[in-house]
Amino acid sequence: MSVRQDSFRAAVLDPLAAVPEGLKDGQGRPAGRRFSVYRNNVVAGLITAIETSFPATAKLLGPEEFLSVASLYVRKFPPDTPMMMYYGASFPAFLQQQMRLDHLPQVADLARLEQTRREAYHASDAAPADPGELAGLAPEALANMRFDLAPALRLLRSDWPVHAIWAFHMTDDAPPPGQEAQNVLITRPAFDPEMAVIDTPTCAFLSALQSGATLAEAESAADAPFDLTAALGLLLQGQAIHQIIPGDIL
Amino acid sequence: MSNLVKTAAIASAVTAALAAHTTTAAQAAEKEKCYGISLAGENDCAAGAGTTCAGTSTVDYQGNAWTLVDKGTCTEIDLPGDRTGSLEPLDRDLPQA
Amino acid sequence: MPQNALPNGPGVGYKPQHFPDLTTDPDPVQWLEIHAENYMGDGGRPLAQLRHLAERFPMSVHGVGLSIGGEGPLDPNHLARLKTLCDWLQPASFSEHLAWSTHDSAFLNDLLPLPYTTETLRRVAEHIDEVQTTLGRHMLLENPSSYLAFAESTWSEPDFLAELAQRTGCGLLLDVNNVFVSATNLAIDAHMYIDTFPIDKVEEFHLGGHDEDEDDHGAPLLIDSHGREVADPVWSLLEYTLARSGARPLLIEWDTDVPDWATLAAEAARAETALARHRQGVAA
Repeated sequence: MSVRQDSFRAAVLDPLAAVPEGLKDGQGRPAGRRFSVYRNNVVAGLITAIETSFPATAKLLGPEEFLSVASLYVRKFPPDTPMMMYYGASFPAFLQQQMRLDHLPQVADLARLEQTRREAYHASDAAPADPGELAGLAPEALANMRFDLAPALRLLRSDWPVHAIWAFHMTDDAPPPGQEAQNVLITRPAFDPEMAVIDTPTCAFLSALQSGATLAEAESAADAPFDLTAALGLLLQGQAIHQIIPGDIL
Repeated sequence: MSNLVKTAAIASAVTAALAAHTTTAAQAAEKEKCYGISLAGENDCAAGAGTTCAGTSTVDYQGNAWTLVDKGTCTEIDLPGDRTGSLEPLDRDLPQA
Repeated sequence: MPQNALPNGPGVGYKPQHFPDLTTDPDPVQWLEIHAENYMGDGGRPLAQLRHLAERFPMSVHGVGLSIGGEGPLDPNHLARLKTLCDWLQPASFSEHLAWSTHDSAFLNDLLPLPYTTETLRRVAEHIDEVQTTLGRHMLLENPSSYLAFAESTWSEPDFLAELAQRTGCGLLLDVNNVFVSATNLAIDAHMYIDTFPIDKVEEFHLGGHDEDEDDHGAPLLIDSHGREVADPVWSLLEYTLARSGARPLLIEWDTDVPDWATLAAEAARAETALARHRQGVAA
C-alpha cells in the first residue's frame, strides 16, 4: 500500500479525514493518533505563525474567535512559499470576507496595518540621501525635483482609527480608540517600522511622490491644504528619501 | 495659487523641514550606536513568523475542527477517542502559543 | 568544493533574542546555525544581524523548507534563493532534511515522513544531486524524527541514508535526539541504529529536547519539540555515538520556549564536556 503525498497532505489538513492506510506504528498496527502529531504540527504551527504575525488582530478578535478564524484560514490557504515571514498576506482579505466577523468591520484594516508593518520590516535596505543636497537648490529646481523613496515606505488608507486600535492593543497606556478615520505612513528609519498618522491630503501627496511625481505635481495631487513642511519632515525623519532627483529649471 | 507663489511656498517648506531635521539627525546617530541593543528585544514586535524544524510539543486532537463544518451538524460528528465535536473549541486542544 | 570548516566544538541554533550575548560573551559556543528560510527577506534587521554574526562566527545554513523528499520537482525559485544566501554568506556548511514539506505548491511548514523504498531513494538522490550542482557545494542530509512507519518501506533508515551518501557524495547530519525519538516511537534499538549508521559520513551532530506523550495503546510517543533541555538518555546515546565517531561539530537546538542565554550556554558547555573526552581520545 503506497501512501502518496497528496493523500497525506489532504488528511493532515482535514481532521475529519481518515488516516491514510499504510501508515503503521512499530508493531504494524494502524498509526492512529500518531498521525495526529503531523496534523497538530502543521495546523498548530501555521496558526501560531499567523498569531505571531498579526498580534493586534488576534487580541481584537479574542482567543476563541481568533483560533476559529485562523484555523479556517490555514486549512484553506496553507503557505505557498517556505518563507514563513511572508505567510498571511491574504489574511486581511480573508477576514473581510467572513460574515461572522461583520460585527468587527475594523478588523480587516487592523490586519492590513500589521501586514504592512511586516512588509516594511523585511523590505530592501536603502541608504538615505544626504538632506544637504536640498540646501542651496533654486526654488524652481526644488519644485521640479522627484524623490526615489525607500522601499520600506508604505501608506495605508483606512476608514477606521486603525493606528489607535493598533496602539490600544499593542502598547501600554494607550487610550481607547476614538471614531476618526486614520491614514498611516510607515517608514523604517533603522530596523523597526515607525508609524505616523497623516491626514488625507498628506497621504495623497506622499502617494503621488512615491509614484514619481515632482514635488509641485504631488503638492497639487493633495487637492486640499496640508502641512507640506510636516510631510517633508516625516520623510526626512523616517530616512525615507533614498535619492533626490533634481528637476530642471524651466 | 500662481506657479510662482507655489514654487516659493514649496521652497520655504523644504527649507523649514531641513532646519527642523538637523536636530533629529543627532538623535539618529545616537540610535546607530545602540545597534546591538536595538537589534535585540524589539525583534518580536515586527519580525513575524519564522521557520523552525521543531514539532509542537504535545499531540492534541484538533478540537477546533468544528470550524470546518456547519454549526448545525457539528455536535453529531463522532471523533476518535470518544470525543464528540463540540461547538466550542476545547481549551486543552489549543496550540501552545 | 568548499570544505566543511565548522569547528569540532559546540554550536547553537541562532535566536535573535541572544544577539547581545553572542556579541559580548559567547563562550563556550564556537559556531552558529541559522534556518535558511528566515534570512530570505529583502533586507532589514534579520540580514543586518546575520552580516554582523558572520564576521565573528563560523556559520551553518540549515534549510527547513526545500522539501527534498517531495514527489514533485524541487522548487527552482527556492533553490535559487538558497544559492543567493549561500553565495553571499559563504557558510561553512549547508544541510537539509530527509523529509518533504511542499506538495502542489502548498508548504506545510513541517518535516513530513517518507517511505524508505527504492523509488524514494532514486528521487531523493536526484534532488540531492540537483542541490549540490546548483549550489556548487557539498551538502549534509539529516535523519528525521519519526512518529509512524510506512508499511511499504523496504530499507532501514541507516541503510537508506548510507546509500544516499554513497550515491550522491553528500555528507550526513546525525541528530542523536531524533534517533532516540524515532527508536522509542517505532520500538527499535537506538544503539543498533547507531551501530549500523554510516558514521564516517557524519559531519555534524544535532541535539535537542523532546516532549513525552503516548499513542492510542499507551505506548510512549516522543515529540521532537526542541523546547527544553536535552534528555539524559539522549546524552548517554551521544556518548555511545561519540565513542564510535570521535568529536564532530555538535549543535544544540532550542526553538520553542527559547531560554535565556545562560541556560542555552550551559547546554553547550555540557556538549563541550562530552566532545572534549572524545577529542582527546582521538588525538591519543
